[in-house]
Amino acid sequence: MQKIGETSTQILGLTWWKWIAIVLVFFSLTAGMILDVPKLPILHETIRNLYYHVTQWFGMMIILTASLVYSIVHLAKGDRRSDIIASEGINVALFMGTLGLLTGMLWAKNTWGTYWTGDAKLNGVAMGMLVYLAYTVLRGSMDEEQKRGRVSAVYNIFAYVMFMVFIMVLPRMTDSLHPGNGGNPGFGGYDLNNNMKLVFYPAIIGWTLLGVWLINIRVRMKSIEEKRKMNW
Amino acid sequence: MKNVNRILVWLMAFLPVSAFAQDVEMADILHENGKIYVVVGVIAIIFIGLVVYLITIDRRLTKIEKEEK
Repeated sequence: MQKIGETSTQILGLTWWKWIAIVLVFFSLTAGMILDVPKLPILHETIRNLYYHVTQWFGMMIILTASLVYSIVHLAKGDRRSDIIASEGINVALFMGTLGLLTGMLWAKNTWGTYWTGDAKLNGVAMGMLVYLAYTVLRGSMDEEQKRGRVSAVYNIFAYVMFMVFIMVLPRMTDSLHPGNGGNPGFGGYDLNNNMKLVFYPAIIGWTLLGVWLINIRVRMKSIEEKRKMNW
Repeated sequence: MKNVNRILVWLMAFLPVSAFAQDVEMADILHENGKIYVVVGVIAIIFIGLVVYLITIDRRLTKIEKEEK
């Protein structure tokens, strides 16, 4: 458990990939405001939200996938470290998901005309978030370490599948306002000269790494807490 | 000549459509001289502030980790 953040190469006292996270997010925040975007009715300048709202969601989904992998590793090896990483990954993902919901609601208010509708995508996201909230409740309800690790790892596998069905599969099978769902084109269709990808892809990597940084800090804090508890 | 006229009429019929496409309201003036760079600067300051704070937290945690060993 001590390995995290100590064996890796450091630049100015900070692990190298954290600098990449800073640079990429900084780039997307500034370039995303300045560079030209396609001129579309209804959307107008809000198409720039694609650089922030959508990329952050993608980052969150990457983190959830990583959490799933660590849960499977925990089931295979039974080590404490992957259990902690998986659970802290979900904590950070829930935080990012809340931001994603709020930003999506603000965007919806100004393009669809309402903060929330009974749309398949929106309700799917709400249910998916609840599924993961149940993970934290389930985890908090168990004291015995081994059992908590195994039960929450198994639940994480179910939660991941349900979440992806709720937000990726079901909205595509019915009507939806959300781009990329219910037969709507995704934003890739609007970005005719591929200019937006210049900011879009770096932003995904940036938000993902920033999330990983938060996980890193939470895992290290948790490790020290557990260590102190054992020395008690 | 008749054909040319016909083509012209057709072109005129489509003119409003293309005009509509160009009339999409964007923050063009804002980007030209509307001090959008001030907004970008504010965003940059906020983000740099958050990052500096995150770095200090990270370093303090590294220090605690070393003390724990």
